[in-house]
Amino acid sequence: MLALDTSTPACSVALVQLPDTAPPPGATRPLASRRIVDARRHGELLSPLMRDALAEAAVTPADLAGVVVGLGPGPFTSLRVGIVTAATFAAALGLTCHGVCSLDGIGAVTSGRTGVVTDARRREVFWAAYADGERIAGPAVDRPDRAADLLRADGVGGVVGPGLALYPDAFANAAAAHAGTGTGTGAAAAQYPDPAVLAALAAPDLLAGRAPAPLTPIYLRRPDVAEPRPAKAVTG
Amino acid sequence: MTRPTPTGTVSGTSSGTSPSRGPAPLVLGIETSCDETGVGLVRDGVLLADALASSVDEHARYGGVVPEIAARAHLEAMVPTIDRALATAGAKASDIDAVAVTAGPGLAGALLVGVAAAKAYALALGVPLYGIHHLAAHVAVDTLEHGPLPSPSIALLVSGGHSSLLLVEDLAAAPVVSLGATVDDAAGEAYDKVARLLGMPFPGGPPIDRAARDGAPTIPFPRGKAGDGTFDFSFSGLKTAVARWVEARRRAGEPVPVADVAASFQEAVVDVLTAKAVAAARKHGVDTLVIGGGVAANSRLRALAAERCESAGITLRVPRPGLCTDNGAMVAALGALKVASGVAPSPLDLPASSTLPL
Ligand SMILES: [Zn+2]
Repeated sequence: MLALDTSTPACSVALVQLPDTAPPPGATRPLASRRIVDARRHGELLSPLMRDALAEAAVTPADLAGVVVGLGPGPFTSLRVGIVTAATFAAALGLTCHGVCSLDGIGAVTSGRTGVVTDARRREVFWAAYADGERIAGPAVDRPDRAADLLRADGVGGVVGPGLALYPDAFANAAAAHAGTGTGTGAAAAQYPDPAVLAALAAPDLLAGRAPAPLTPIYLRRPDVAEPRPAKAVTG
Repeated sequence: MTRPTPTGTVSGTSSGTSPSRGPAPLVLGIETSCDETGVGLVRDGVLLADALASSVDEHARYGGVVPEIAARAHLEAMVPTIDRALATAGAKASDIDAVAVTAGPGLAGALLVGVAAAKAYALALGVPLYGIHHLAAHVAVDTLEHGPLPSPSIALLVSGGHSSLLLVEDLAAAPVVSLGATVDDAAGEAYDKVARLLGMPFPGGPPIDRAARDGAPTIPFPRGKAGDGTFDFSFSGLKTAVARWVEARRRAGEPVPVADVAASFQEAVVDVLTAKAVAAARKHGVDTLVIGGGVAANSRLRALAAERCESAGITLRVPRPGLCTDNGAMVAALGALKVASGVAPSPLDLPASSTLPL
């Protein structure tokens, strides 16, 4: 399986051996993985990272069984790069492409009641709440203090993800107490959605041959446009 | 959706590959620079498929193309439109020998969807990728209808996004030279704004063209930069002059002669466009003029260009209207020319550039 995520400043790719039975998300070790953090260059970076990961694992596109992609939430432009890349790559090979909420790529490997927060720009965060890796609330977009209140209401103690460093005050009393127990790579693994985790989450559908749902991006925001007023007079 | 009957021999222009190796390369072209998701398939100068999905209806209520809405629509339409093109051509993805894509200029977010898709397709299939300049593709599409372009030629490209005069020598290998461009609004943009002023729908080209047929070009609207000796255009002053004229009528409580306003505005636009195109051909000793872009579908532009080219001894080439607007066929056409000329492919980190120079 090839999995990728572009919902944060990280552009991440992983090649994962599809197991015979569904693995627990944290137990998945990629054959090869690539990650570059550069919020403005997903469009340039993603396909070369895929090429490099395939080469490192000595896997050709024809060897793949399926494609998995993080559907967001995330900044619109980079999110679309990932989804259209995954969808088109899969279509060219006649493979199915499965979408997973990107926040699950962080939250699925947490334990206890944990919140995941990522940067939504415009002084807001994308967030979701997890109970032992199962999403119990979100994804949603809110101001950091509002998100913190809602996470507390869901009984969340610890918060992980890049939103934590951006808004330390809002999430101050929700330190990353329960974070990152699954991947074993500590806080770094919890910073960005891990495509290997997304692959593990999609594996049961792929193994069962279930048709994937449409790859609908999780934008959580409408396009920022207003209908024009009647033409303004150019004279006096 | 067209499938012209192939003419001539199969080996045709495929100088880049050995004719003994079978048919000429099948080139997929992807275009997403504005509000049309276009996918074309070209083999050996023959258009096999030209699939299009447009988000124009979603933009109409905003009076212009909204970049975020266009980008969202491209993402939804991409795979279905590629599939439709393949089905029309009776081809499989694995038949594709090269992927071409508009790398710019255009709307940044919209371009990025097409470029990402093209890279993924090329990587999956293990075939070369070619980044294409949108304006050069508008010229190249004419070769699908009228065969190889004489070198040099002049191209006049007019649409909602561009108004340019180009000197074209070798489309595949040599850079296209810009002789002039609009210094403010594109011609199509002026059409949209005047249409809105007259209460007509977006896009403004077709309703103004229709209304103008019932009117006479009796109002002397200004011809921006007409006699300035450059090959640049300006349509902002014209747009303002039309608005002033119409508002003065309305303020005086007089009826607005919509058909005459449309005809007079349109005449001012196409007069400057065709005069400068013919002057550019004369100055550079060129005897072929190609017109492309959405405004090339305008009936008055076609008629006046034909008239002026005839009297100047210039051969006029205008693709059919469906190929003048943005589409994937034009990208596939230029991609196929590059493959045939042995031009080096683009790297997989090819950026999308909203301001890509020629
Ligand atoms: Zn165009």
